[in-house]
Amino acid sequence: MTKHGTSAPRELRSYLLNMGPAHPAMHGVIRLLLELEGEKVAEAEAEIGYLHRAFEKHAENEPWNNVVPWTDRLNYVSPLINNVGYCLAVEKLAGLALPERCRYLRVIACEISRVTDHLTCVGASAMELGAFTVFLYMMKAREQLYQMIDRLTGARVTTSYTRVGGVKSDLPAGFQEQLLEIFGDIRRTLGEVEGLLSKNRIFVDRMAGVGVLSREDALAYGVTGPMLRSAGVPYDVRRAQPYLVYDRLEFEVPVGSTGDNFDRYLVRLAEMEQSLRIVEQCFRQMPPGPHSLSDQELIEGGVMADRGKRGETGTLWSAAAQVDATLEGSGRGCHSQVVAPKADFTLPSKEEAYGSIEGLMRHFEVVMWGRGVIPPAGEAYFAVEGGNGELGFHVVSDGGDRPYRVRVRPPCFFNMALLPKLIAGGMVADIVATFGSINMIAGELDR
Amino acid sequence: MISCEEVFKSLKESIGDDALSLEGTGFDSVILLRQTSVHPALEKLKGSGFNVLIDLTAVDYSQYGQGAQRHGLPVEVPNPAPRRGCRFKLTYRLMSLDAGTGLVEGRVALQCWVEGEQGPLSVQDLWPNADWLEREVWDMFGVRFADRPEIKRLLLYEQFEGHPLRKDYPINKRQPLIGPKDDHSRDRMTEGDLRPRLVPRDKES
Repeated sequence: MTKHGTSAPRELRSYLLNMGPAHPAMHGVIRLLLELEGEKVAEAEAEIGYLHRAFEKHAENEPWNNVVPWTDRLNYVSPLINNVGYCLAVEKLAGLALPERCRYLRVIACEISRVTDHLTCVGASAMELGAFTVFLYMMKAREQLYQMIDRLTGARVTTSYTRVGGVKSDLPAGFQEQLLEIFGDIRRTLGEVEGLLSKNRIFVDRMAGVGVLSREDALAYGVTGPMLRSAGVPYDVRRAQPYLVYDRLEFEVPVGSTGDNFDRYLVRLAEMEQSLRIVEQCFRQMPPGPHSLSDQELIEGGVMADRGKRGETGTLWSAAAQVDATLEGSGRGCHSQVVAPKADFTLPSKEEAYGSIEGLMRHFEVVMWGRGVIPPAGEAYFAVEGGNGELGFHVVSDGGDRPYRVRVRPPCFFNMALLPKLIAGGMVADIVATFGSINMIAGELDR
Repeated sequence: MISCEEVFKSLKESIGDDALSLEGTGFDSVILLRQTSVHPALEKLKGSGFNVLIDLTAVDYSQYGQGAQRHGLPVEVPNPAPRRGCRFKLTYRLMSLDAGTGLVEGRVALQCWVEGEQGPLSVQDLWPNADWLEREVWDMFGVRFADRPEIKRLLLYEQFEGHPLRKDYPINKRQPLIGPKDDHSRDRMTEGDLRPRLVPRDKES
């Protein structure tokens, strides 16, 4: 081309650009291969696997309960939901019925985690569009919740709260009051964020009408969660196939209309409020009682036998016989519960394990290799509503003391498969907004 | 609600005896198919309302039942594989979702045993997300899909040797280190200068 640009028409050429795997806007490691025509994205391809840590292979080499800590590392902004999902799948395989209080505890844990997940997603995607204040507000709110999770489980992120057949421990003293107080702060934060963003010209211009996802595409790609709901399909596993106690709780399933980035933001914001509502209802409904299966109602052996003879067997299946170590006074029917190799699935409480010889023995019976949790051979699939959508665990047992196979259906795997389609045809700058709103978590994507 | 008995019946009508068995009830129904009929069966089910492919995965049954034996547990677990050559079982998980109400009308899992390592036809044409799912199955298990000879790995890198979720892949196996494929990436201009020049001792002054 000459100096003044008069001759030789400019040739329009496309070129390739790598975005990631180390890019400040690619939270998590992922590589986007973009074919650009100037500033427009002609074609895009996503390359994943940079955070593959062989979760599924590891799970095959650990006893059933020891897989729980690995599940923390799947979706690491809502680890409690992963813990719950895995344990529910194993419990479905083993045919265990959980105590009431345990179900409520798990729902509370899940919903706190869902709020932290959405706070991270909305905060981070707002920050990438320049709204740094929002990020700081939301991280502060998230930190308050993390501290409550820390009080509940002993860790902020690597929670490992559930066990097969129960949870680690009941709520600590004063947990409820403190959490409800924090909910007030979070509601205030959400209100502030809504005021800062929802009518913010810059934010709305970047989000509205960008990354539009049609209903048909969403269904064809198996997209679930907030992303599907933003496209107008009110599918929520908690509503469609209620598990734990979700059928007794009142909550709404917010849906969007256009399926663009702004709708996804609105859906997430509305969902947080619903999660707070769910936790408050749980506190009102939660009955007292044992938090794990092995801590279930203990009935004295003789009394249990008498009840059985009278035909009052309705509740006996869920109770355990309290018998003398010498089995004195116990009916023959109870022996199986006491001497069977699979008498217990869950660990005794720490007080019991450290305070009595029976507790210590039970503890070892569970943690020794070849003992403890041994579900019957077979397979089961259980889906829960994760932060990003349907989080499914497909577990296969061959009658051994460790899983034969654990397959995770990570919700954001399907969102990511769709991403190239969402960003193709748009601007490079819009990739950041769209990528932020699909909330990719590399831990669960790559496993 | 879609009744799985009726789904199975209609499958029997269209693909005959290739629909082998129906187990489980309700959302936990599992239909076992013959490998050759996977694509027509899935196409049929898609037509009858199962609009979402929720998941596709495989299980390697080559060491099934050894877990119980290893610890001397008194359980005999037979390997469900129908023949010696059948090692992998694929599971396609379908869901029928009412897009208006968001309620699940039905769920079904379709399973098939894979003959050797050659899997059934790809279902990419029915559901686009099957692309990544099939790539992952190839990556982790080495099961090929009949009409995808050039399938790429998904989570692992191209030079990875073996398929790690096979039961005979040792968990502590190390992979060879990989570098650039050829010398193109080296900077030829400075290559000689960067290497320390070795001078034989006797020639030192």
